[in-house]
Amino acid sequence: MNGKIMAQNINFYYEGVQALKDISLNINPNEITALIGPSGCGKSTFLRCLNRMNDTILKTRLEGKVLLDDADIYDPKVDVVELRKKVGMVFQQPNPFPKSIFENVAFGPRRQGINNHSQLCEIVEKSLKAAALWDEVKDNLKKSGLSISGGQQQRLCIARVLAVEPEIILMDEPCSALDPIATLKIEELMHDLKNQYTIVIVTHNMQQAARVSDRTGFFLMGELVEFGITDRLFSRPKDKRTEDYVTGRFG
Amino acid sequence: MVRETFHHELDKLIGNVLIMGSMVEKAISHAVDSFANLSMEMAKQVIEGDDMIDQKRFEIEESCLRLIATQQPMAGDLRIIISTTHLATNLERMGDYAAGIAEINLALQANSRLQTLADITRMADIGIDILHESLKAFVDRDSNKAREIALRDDEVDSLYHKVLSKCISAMVEDPRNVPVATRIIWVAHKLERISDRVTNICEQVIFAATGAMEELDSD
Repeated sequence: MNGKIMAQNINFYYEGVQALKDISLNINPNEITALIGPSGCGKSTFLRCLNRMNDTILKTRLEGKVLLDDADIYDPKVDVVELRKKVGMVFQQPNPFPKSIFENVAFGPRRQGINNHSQLCEIVEKSLKAAALWDEVKDNLKKSGLSISGGQQQRLCIARVLAVEPEIILMDEPCSALDPIATLKIEELMHDLKNQYTIVIVTHNMQQAARVSDRTGFFLMGELVEFGITDRLFSRPKDKRTEDYVTGRFG
Repeated sequence: MVRETFHHELDKLIGNVLIMGSMVEKAISHAVDSFANLSMEMAKQVIEGDDMIDQKRFEIEESCLRLIATQQPMAGDLRIIISTTHLATNLERMGDYAAGIAEINLALQANSRLQTLADITRMADIGIDILHESLKAFVDRDSNKAREIALRDDEVDSLYHKVLSKCISAMVEDPRNVPVATRIIWVAHKLERISDRVTNICEQVIFAATGAMEELDSD
């Protein structure tokens, strides 16, 4: 089966320092793929290659191909804004805009030229419902996006991504700033979202990767050491380095 | 990120399995000694000692639960803990067999062993030996050794059939042998089951070492 995203022989350099070494990885549609590994292993760099977020960093260079539905996203003809609409991203720290909850979610659709109020209301409600936040905020849509709790802010950011109807959601440690209950809500949400979206998550929390993902990739010093079905990777890893990492024998 | 405290706890858990193993080895040895010597005192000791084996099992299972709940073990560590729970169950049942032999001894009330003593003793010796070796393989995560050990179950099986046929012949020869022959068969059967339990332990060693769930032949 062809992956939704196929990374082929990716090498990535920050000012000549190689951060990713010949990474090839297929991300299946409607699955959650987790990327784990110690700090500096390249997992976030790899994630950021998938929607060309690394383009924003100076003196970087990428070799190889990233195919999204068989089309190379690094092709010069690709419109990066369109690409990032298809491949949305949620970051470590919730980063709502200093606007109302409603406007946070409506921001993307407005940028796409949707100004009809009832249409926007529909999108906002649908997105907030999909992000499992609607019931908590429906009576306070005019409240500032910054006034709600951290866990709610992160779900608001997910709703903001969903509002532009992406196909893929990249999550870079989306729960690292959240408490266990808020984390659980995001994890449950991911589970619901995967029916409709393809999700790639970078996480430092191995238990989280084990709980939420279908497949896991273990990165170490810029290499993809092992990639496979999550259940297997956490119970019977093939590579000794993966075993050492997941059992905490590293160091 | 080296999890020293957790791995220390894991070593303690494996140490506890070895303690339980030696308790069971001793119980089997004493049970068969009491069979050989018709020592009622020793038989009673084995029966009473079984409570301590049962307690050890719960202690080990409790530790396994606690480690799973609090440490979220992964990969090889998780497999060791899961295997340990199976080992504890199997060892506990082996302790029951030893206590069962001791109970039969209390009811034996006859000096004759119908020429099965050497076979029974040999069955017990092999059982204790392979139990010991299987626990060593567990500590070493040695799956090849586990497969080798499991093969020795055949020796115990053939001794069991030897005892069985001797007892049947004795019963055919003289019906007055029936009570003692029946009990000797029970003793031999329990020893044969002990050896089967060692095979289960060997399967767990393979799982702990490799993650493969293998059925080793055991009748």
